[in-house]
Amino acid sequence: MAIALSVQNLTKRFGSFTAVKGVSFDVDEGRFFSILGPSGCGKTTLLRMIAGFYRPDGGTILFNGRDMADIPPNRRPVNLVFQNLALFPMMNVYENVAFGLRRRGEKGAALDRKVREMLARVGLPQSGDKRIDQLSGGQRQRIAIARCLVLEPTVLLLDEPLGALDAKLREHMKIELKTLQAAVGTTFVYITHDQSEALVMSDAVAVMKDGRFEQVGTPQELYHHPNSAFVAQFVGTSNRLPVTFCWDGSGRPRARWGDIDLVLPEGFAAEEGSPWDLFVRPEAMIIDPDEGTDNVLSVTVRALLFDGGNSRLLVTVRDRPEELTVALPQTGQYDHVRRGDRIRVGWASAASRAFPGGEDRG
Amino acid sequence: MASGRLRGGFLFFFLPVALWLALLIVLPHLELLRLSFTDSLAGRFTVANYLAFFTEPIYWLTFVRTALYSLLVTFLVMTVALPVAFYVTKVVDVRLSGFLMVLLLVPFWVSELVRVYGWMILLRESGIVNQVLTGLGLLKEPVEFLYRDATMVMGLVYTSMLFMVVPLIGVMDDLDDALIEAAYDLGASKGAIWRTIVIPHCATGLVSGGIIVFMLVLGSYLTPNLMGGKNSLWFTEQIYNQIILYFNWNQGAAFGFLLLLLSSLIIWAVLKVTGQRLKEVVK
Amino acid sequence: MIRTLPASKGYRRSFDLFIALYFLLLFAPLVVTMVLAFNDSPFPSLPWEGFTLDWFFGKGPDKFGIFHDRTNLRSLAASFRVALAVTALSTFLGTCAAFLFEQEQFPFKGLLYFLMIAPLVIPGVILGISILMFANGLGLVIENLFGLYLPVLGPGYWLVVLGQSAFISTIVALVVLARLKKFDPSLEEAAYNLGATRVQVLRYITLPYLRPAIVGGAAMAFLLSFENFNTTVFLVSSQPTLPINMYMQVRDGSTPVINAISLLLILGASLFAVANLRGKRART
Repeated sequence: MAIALSVQNLTKRFGSFTAVKGVSFDVDEGRFFSILGPSGCGKTTLLRMIAGFYRPDGGTILFNGRDMADIPPNRRPVNLVFQNLALFPMMNVYENVAFGLRRRGEKGAALDRKVREMLARVGLPQSGDKRIDQLSGGQRQRIAIARCLVLEPTVLLLDEPLGALDAKLREHMKIELKTLQAAVGTTFVYITHDQSEALVMSDAVAVMKDGRFEQVGTPQELYHHPNSAFVAQFVGTSNRLPVTFCWDGSGRPRARWGDIDLVLPEGFAAEEGSPWDLFVRPEAMIIDPDEGTDNVLSVTVRALLFDGGNSRLLVTVRDRPEELTVALPQTGQYDHVRRGDRIRVGWASAASRAFPGGEDRG
Repeated sequence: MASGRLRGGFLFFFLPVALWLALLIVLPHLELLRLSFTDSLAGRFTVANYLAFFTEPIYWLTFVRTALYSLLVTFLVMTVALPVAFYVTKVVDVRLSGFLMVLLLVPFWVSELVRVYGWMILLRESGIVNQVLTGLGLLKEPVEFLYRDATMVMGLVYTSMLFMVVPLIGVMDDLDDALIEAAYDLGASKGAIWRTIVIPHCATGLVSGGIIVFMLVLGSYLTPNLMGGKNSLWFTEQIYNQIILYFNWNQGAAFGFLLLLLSSLIIWAVLKVTGQRLKEVVK
Repeated sequence: MIRTLPASKGYRRSFDLFIALYFLLLFAPLVVTMVLAFNDSPFPSLPWEGFTLDWFFGKGPDKFGIFHDRTNLRSLAASFRVALAVTALSTFLGTCAAFLFEQEQFPFKGLLYFLMIAPLVIPGVILGISILMFANGLGLVIENLFGLYLPVLGPGYWLVVLGQSAFISTIVALVVLARLKKFDPSLEEAAYNLGATRVQVLRYITLPYLRPAIVGGAAMAFLLSFENFNTTVFLVSSQPTLPINMYMQVRDGSTPVINAISLLLILGASLFAVANLRGKRART
């Protein structure tokens, strides 16, 4: 598969602040690639460099193998869907979609055909005459994308376009965007701070922090095999237990969480007494686990958070200050659990991950 | 009324406003209209005052001249104010932008007379510009720059510029940078961005600034009188002459009414064409 | 094109140059006027004859400074008296109008509103002559009916005040109205709910909220009145205001004392501009 976008060692400084620090990645043609990171991590700067609005201080950007160093944004085979969509309020829907084609000097029947085809493709064939403020949030989204796709860019950049939508519509648009991308086959580079958007839509996700990529991988890889505490924390939700490492008598790796002894995954090794953070996903925590489970705790239920399929328990262990979140499957099996109950909760050591402690707190 | 407002409150606000509008706006203009149709000696109804306007070429030529020059000045003001407002809001470094806006506004508060006087010092035959140019050897003899139409137009552009710059800065501030970036990203050239994004977005500011500038220029007296020709070729000067010099109030009233009619007509036409309402324009 | 877009050096340079030229032309007349106020020469022009403060403090016989120039001082005083009265009257009328059009409902409100904003698009010259003619006509009617001569209705102080207030009130009204529109009516409702009367609500809730706009509007009224020429010129009698007096001196030529007056006016206007800006910042 050809590489549509290749970024090598890209760097951008603003005064003494380095926003992007030597980022490299490749995006295969036709993929949905997301860059996920908290605000201020440099993802918007990265995107604006790819679009051509910022000039990089170092590194290269290649589209289909062509260096973009001296190509201004309006000549690059890339288009940007802006955060606020930036639809032109002074033009109707049709003119918004036709805008780029007209700038290329296209006109007449060919232009009309392209615009109408594109409007049909995004499911708004009748909306050409509407004003922008007559469109719903979801429709605007589609017009903003149509306006770019009609120019057949090599790569479509999307700058958190779902940010302004309400929660329900956002859920809907995630699926719609994914389907649209699959249908048109254009390479999407999508930036967001919302891990759920990134996980649901992407073929590959890069997690960005402080101007660097922490990890690049499929959503499943990031979720199940995070390679840093930050990724474990940022992608999905995790319980985090501050522990110290020790070896038990039989030479198995152990973690001490206060006065509680926990089993670590097989093969884990570290210096005796060093601080670590142990991450366990709520759904890895099983209520009333089998006898063979290697980590079992007796906990008190502090609160029951009912949220349909995403219901959870908040529990505490004896005098530990940390509150743990435990998934509460809605199968009817645990309907008897009440606040204040003492129950047993456990997890398989293989489902937990440990990273050096004392970093990335909060 | 919904919150139980008292009727007395209404009258307290209504009476002064009604008196103001009736005594200082409506009735004076009705009196103006009445006088313009009244014979100055016999006090009878007549259209002679208007007839005089159409039969004396000096009157209607001055009228047409004033109207055309006012349009020209309005147009020139727009062409200069657009890039200035754009520069201050969109181009210059953000830290400088606030300072430049203050700097733009300071002369706004200085009286027209002082500003015109400054230009007279600069441009008259014994003025600074002539002294500098002859001193540099660029001119052999001093030239009288004042009392020419071009100078007068420049002066009018200068004195009314800010009434265009201020509303334009207002609307350009509201123009989302992302729209310009998006247009650029979609392949638009600078010219295309001005034509398709910036100017359409600024339409409201251009109309309200244009109306105010046109009205001010049409009704201005000091600038044409002090910088333009000395032979009363601005229509307000004709009105001044009729009222103050010839004491012919009825003729002056007719002239005043014609000027009012012209400015109302042009403003009405502009609002009609651009589909805006006076209410929104004067904000 | 804009800050965030790359632009060629030449484009940026020529744009910078254009703006520099614009600012140069904007300030050149003001700066030259101010500098020549200190020139020790009987004419407001070059060559530079040395620095002097005589155009401010000179006692004559050949150089009368502004502070010893009877005529100009008298017109300055006249302008002050007019401006104070106009400020009071138009602030009152403008504030009443703002309340009337924002908070009250009544028949023909649209028409009345149109009449209120009309002075903005009526040339000042026409406003001046129509008020002159109406006052004169009214005076004649009263004289014929009651045999009473009312000097108030002839050209002079009161007619100038009324004539200027006719359009300055509109400007104050628009300034106050803009702020009143942003007023949250639930504050008034809460005050009523807590037992306040209409007058108390105005006194303790609405007027304090409007204060910055009313003060700003009043300051603007003062300045507009002080500098007005077009309307005033038809309404003055033997006591001209400063702009009228200055106009005659500018037209017929004068000593640099005019520059000294201009300098004071420019300084006053600059102070006003800065204060106005501060006020705006404080309001937002």
